[in-house]
Amino acid sequence: MTIEELGKALRARDTSAEEITERCLQRIEADNARLNAFILVMADQARQQAQALDRELAAGRDRGPLHGVPVSIKDLLDVRGTPTTAASRVRDGHVAEHDAPAIAHLRQAGVIFIGKTNLHEFAFGTTSDDSAFGPVRNPHDPSRSPGGSSGGSAASVAAGMALATIGTDTGGSIRIPAAACGIVGLKPTYGEVSTEGVVPLSRPLDHVGPLTQSVADAFFVHHALQGDHIAATPAPMPLTGVRLAVPRAYFCDLLDDDVRARFEEALGRLRSAGAHVDDIAIHHANDIGPVYLHLTLADAAAYHAATLDRMPERYTPNVRLRLETGRYVLAEDYVRALAGRDVLRREVDAALAQHDVLALPTLPIPAPLIGATSVQVGSRSDSVRNLMLRLTQLFNLTGHPAMSIPAGTTAAALPCGVQLVGCRAQTDALLRIALACEAHINPVRTAV
Amino acid sequence: MTIEDWLKAAVADAERRGMPELKPLLEAIARATRALRAADFADDAAPR
Repeated sequence: MTIEELGKALRARDTSAEEITERCLQRIEADNARLNAFILVMADQARQQAQALDRELAAGRDRGPLHGVPVSIKDLLDVRGTPTTAASRVRDGHVAEHDAPAIAHLRQAGVIFIGKTNLHEFAFGTTSDDSAFGPVRNPHDPSRSPGGSSGGSAASVAAGMALATIGTDTGGSIRIPAAACGIVGLKPTYGEVSTEGVVPLSRPLDHVGPLTQSVADAFFVHHALQGDHIAATPAPMPLTGVRLAVPRAYFCDLLDDDVRARFEEALGRLRSAGAHVDDIAIHHANDIGPVYLHLTLADAAAYHAATLDRMPERYTPNVRLRLETGRYVLAEDYVRALAGRDVLRREVDAALAQHDVLALPTLPIPAPLIGATSVQVGSRSDSVRNLMLRLTQLFNLTGHPAMSIPAGTTAAALPCGVQLVGCRAQTDALLRIALACEAHINPVRTAV
Repeated sequence: MTIEDWLKAAVADAERRGMPELKPLLEAIARATRALRAADFADDAAPR
């Protein structure tokens, strides 16, 4: 059931917030031991919130589209009265005194907090298998990663344990698990949603956004995260005449065969629906990886330096080692990376000056096996981390809004995603185009 | 500092700190730094 469908059923008195909350809690009870999506299940508080919100609706107080909707929260955001673990023993003993502003907005909008979800430790990874609470598993195939770092969040929605979830995205950590789990994930424009009360990874690249079952649901949650309560379903932008730009070089050079086939099928459907598709180039695309690496490693190392010295044994081994490497990045190379970031931002701006959105795959590969360190794509083997970040990290560097929508499955029934990228500060326009694309690429099917 | 000098110093420091397993990660950063410094947006005070 989507948020839209629940809203109609709640207002028709066909169901209640209490009933839908119980259904989510039953799914958690049935599947969390297998998927390890949740670090904390807030069953008692969720039931109390649901009862109170049902009473409000019966009394005529309607908080809007998220009234009575069970939502899970990545355990990187402060929810008052609960620990924010960041999936790390480094934060043992922490309890949040206040809601992060984004969470406070959701509380005001009538969201029911069903629990805190597992993630890659400190959001510093793309697979969600380095966690102090053990690896998260993909609901489509538990031998595989759900992607990351918001892996528990994506798994919770894909498995029907929550109707939506809140993630963070510093290099793709919303879009990667959304694609790997077959749901929608939105990284808004940089700065649009507050990151206060969120454990940082790289502050200049960190974003907060929703993972949902549909684009319309992402629209509702995105607005609620900003304290902006939208009542009406957004109108899809007609696809006739919409200009899509496909960056082929680099972005389509290294793709799993099934991922490439699903992407080309999606483009074909959008063309048939009237969209105009052009191939374009991002000239410095080959510099994305080096630019991103120098910025994130140094930013993350600066945040973690004191605890790396004081309590190194509390980090998971792989995350600790990656953080340590950031301590060796030279200031002169960090400055070069900042210059590269500006160049890349201008190139994406230029591509979007002539087009409405960029379209590219979200992930070059389907969800990898848990514990895999490298994957073969055609004749080339590359690290899982490089491959998972390859198509998403650019838009953290540039700040453009980007989202992943489901686009079919591989022969092994693993989800694929198409990524759409809009103009900066025009997240709503991106969502309206995505709404139209979704109807042609992947009509909504829901989990609960 | 040249990339070669940087890598040598970084690996020696990692070993001194008891983390020899950092070496392959530092080598990967060195490759990325080489690409970064070769990019046409990297400043060069002499006319090119």
